Amino acid sequence: MRFISRRDALLLVPGLTALACSGTAEIAQATPAEATAEIGRFTGGKMAETGKIVLDLPEIAENGNSVTLSFDVDHPMTPERHVTDVLVLADSNPSPRVATFRFTPRSGRATAATRIRLAGTQVVSVLAKTSDSKVFLAQRQVKVTVGGCGG
Amino acid sequence: MAERPRIRLPKQANKGEVVEIKTLLAHLMESGQRKDSAGKIVPRKIINRFACAFNGKPVFECELEPAIAANPYLQFSVKVEESGVFTFNWTDDDGTVTTAEERITVV
Repeated sequence: MRFISRRDALLLVPGLTALACSGTAEIAQATPAEATAEIGRFTGGKMAETGKIVLDLPEIAENGNSVTLSFDVDHPMTPERHVTDVLVLADSNPSPRVATFRFTPRSGRATAATRIRLAGTQVVSVLAKTSDSKVFLAQRQVKVTVGGCGG
Repeated sequence: MAERPRIRLPKQANKGEVVEIKTLLAHLMESGQRKDSAGKIVPRKIINRFACAFNGKPVFECELEPAIAANPYLQFSVKVEESGVFTFNWTDDDGTVTTAEERITVV
């Protein structure tokens, strides 16, 4: 249950996040609970398997305005069995959703990279759903020195 | 927005090869959470959707949120079985669609 322990670790974070985002204090911050709700909606309550997604994120991001994220899901990409959706969540951003990627068997590989904004130090989650109804999860904490919450 | 998107992909590939495509579009990706000097919230204006199709068939799509950094960069893979044309579409919050096309030759 790696999932639970990371979530617990996160309880320490909101103070820091508030500090980093004081410029936009009146805009509601997403809470880890909101992110958990998003995870629940995506998985439909299914237990997510870990270890199937290679998630590449820096341990420390100097600038929260642009943090390079890439993932690669270890799963076949055949018409019968392939990754269909990948959801990226940042649980202490103003809104936890970052992006949703839709793959097809023509993708060949369920991999993508982009640059994201992080409002402060927080846990980034990547969830993948497959056509044979499996759910995978990978999480990583990113320490953010300068928040990317719009300052 | 007049600037053309930047796209990188191989000109040629072998049949069945998985090729990597990199795209970048110059765009502010205004999150809707920032304030201007008068303290007013700057309205949200982002690219909310990107789609890539090959010979008319959808290959890869994504829905983007304000948490995507300015000048949205996207890298993804496509398995090519035949020569053809990739079409790329970026949809702005205001409804504008930026389109680009690239050819690939499969040997």
